Amino acid sequence: MSHYLFKKIGWALLTVGFVVVLNFFLFRILPGDPARAVKDPRLTRQSIEAVRVRFGLDKPLPVQFLLYVRNLAQGDLGTSFHQQRPVATILVENLWNTLLLIGAGTVLSILLGIVLGVAAAWKSGTIIDYGALIGSLAAWATPTFWFGMILLFWGSSQLGLPIGGKLTAGASYDSWWEQWLDVGKHMLLPTVTYTIIYAGQYTLFMRSAVLDIFAEDYILTAKAKGLHSFQILRDHALRNAMLPTVTVVALNLGFTVAGAIEVEKVFSWPGLGQTIIDSVERQDYPVLQGAFLLLAISVIFANLLADLLYSYLDPRVRVT
Amino acid sequence: MPQNNFWQSFFRNRMGVIGFVMLAIAVAVAIFAPLIAPYDPNTTVRVTIDNIYSPPSAQNWLGTDDAGKDVLTNLIYGARVSLIVGFFASFISLVIGGTIGLVAGFYGGRVENVLMRLTDILLVIPDLPLLIVLIALLGRGMPILIFVIGILGWTGTARVVRSQTLSVRERKFVQRARAIGAGNLYIIRRHIFPLVFPLMLVNAVLVISAAILNESTLAFLGLGDPTRLSWGQMLNFAFSRGAMSAGAWWSLVPPGLAIIWVVLGLTLLGNGLERVFNPRLEMHHLAIGDEMVARPPQVVGPVAVAAVGKTVGE
Repeated sequence: MSHYLFKKIGWALLTVGFVVVLNFFLFRILPGDPARAVKDPRLTRQSIEAVRVRFGLDKPLPVQFLLYVRNLAQGDLGTSFHQQRPVATILVENLWNTLLLIGAGTVLSILLGIVLGVAAAWKSGTIIDYGALIGSLAAWATPTFWFGMILLFWGSSQLGLPIGGKLTAGASYDSWWEQWLDVGKHMLLPTVTYTIIYAGQYTLFMRSAVLDIFAEDYILTAKAKGLHSFQILRDHALRNAMLPTVTVVALNLGFTVAGAIEVEKVFSWPGLGQTIIDSVERQDYPVLQGAFLLLAISVIFANLLADLLYSYLDPRVRVT
Repeated sequence: MPQNNFWQSFFRNRMGVIGFVMLAIAVAVAIFAPLIAPYDPNTTVRVTIDNIYSPPSAQNWLGTDDAGKDVLTNLIYGARVSLIVGFFASFISLVIGGTIGLVAGFYGGRVENVLMRLTDILLVIPDLPLLIVLIALLGRGMPILIFVIGILGWTGTARVVRSQTLSVRERKFVQRARAIGAGNLYIIRRHIFPLVFPLMLVNAVLVISAAILNESTLAFLGLGDPTRLSWGQMLNFAFSRGAMSAGAWWSLVPPGLAIIWVVLGLTLLGNGLERVFNPRLEMHHLAIGDEMVARPPQVVGPVAVAAVGKTVGE
């Protein structure tokens, strides 16, 4: 176990290292000198030089890289060009909103996906199966942002739901309960968007996992023993199908991030995705760089967690 | 495999045929756009208060957009942009992924280790944020869009090609060719590539669908080519220029349905082709007559189940 553990952790750290290097060099080598981002025709040559000194751009590249790594280690991601505040502070504020949204959407989509996927496999070849299959494929093919727009269009005009944001602007609340009710109203449509789009993938996956297990000999054995079909499903098929599902959920987090960016843009949800889009529009490179790093590292660790969880659930992988 | 057999099993797989027809219609619309479209997309329209977001009518079957232009015309010409980006980007992905997969699978050892680790690392880094960063730094425009989507979309292909190469490499005829003195490049070109190619083609279909989704997402986020009206770009304009508050559903709904049409067609076609090239007994003991099993794309080890994910075209 310990060998497997060390290997996995080692690869995760190596990947983080790769991302850090990539992140540094992308923003240095590619066209887009950070000093140019603070562009203003009134700037004199001296003040441009001062900006370069301030951001450490006058030093040789290797030195800049070491400084960057040292600052990272201290949790210093630089200062936002636009807001003149530490990038780390801005990101942490938005991180919680994104986690709230992704968390709710992920849990709901997994539950929905498992239920639909098992039902489809169980009733394989029937109208339930085809319905679930076509629905999931359609959800897979649907752009998340577009589905969100349609829901927003319909929900804000027909249901009177808020058009975006996290809280009603200028509202004051008598209790935390009222405040959360308002947040809930704002979260409803983004969460539904997210849930439906991602449930499609989980349904497809769960369905094929259960079908694979139905083809195993031990299912035939269980049937020959005279066990009731439902019993077979519950005791033999479901448990084994849950195994790969755990992994797929964690591995999907990378794509989950894409969904979060799209949903946040459509519903003006003040999260990391919104931060990234805004920072591109404002050419706020420190924020963009920090947000990318934070997202990539989160996904890497989610994957590591999945690997470890999988090896805990299925001891066979530790041996190979 | 014999030609007859291929078409037989392909047509027996109805979903694949439906996907093929859906894609063929989209490609036909893109090619014959000037013949089909009711208006010329480049004519300047004199914008008045009446033709901004005007609802569907006899003149404009799908109404007009924020600039008073015909939505149906934009939709038809948008097919060109989306499909071109999809095809060219996936071509880049296939060349990179195919080369890496072939080299890794054929040479094995340290080369394989390094290449596959690189693939794994790229597979873990979330696609969309990296795409956004690259475009923010490189600038907007169709060639850049094709380039960045292409160079990030090859990981799935590399994995598929590598595992196929591994199995072909051990076949008798490859060993015989080596025994009579054939060089590595010759063996790869004449013996391995022809057997790996069909699988690459199947993979290509799914890579194209991922590329088209990526293009529309980036365009919607305002990172597309602003001078070319792809479906994603139409949605971006509609969203940011008040179609929602104007109640102009006709400029919101059609582009999305068009994206779904093409991506769904490609997905069905890809799954169908996969079933033809990779036939496995899809039966289970609890049900009989299970005709259609559109499983998520093939899995290589526990990690690659991520293939069900949205942006991986594996």
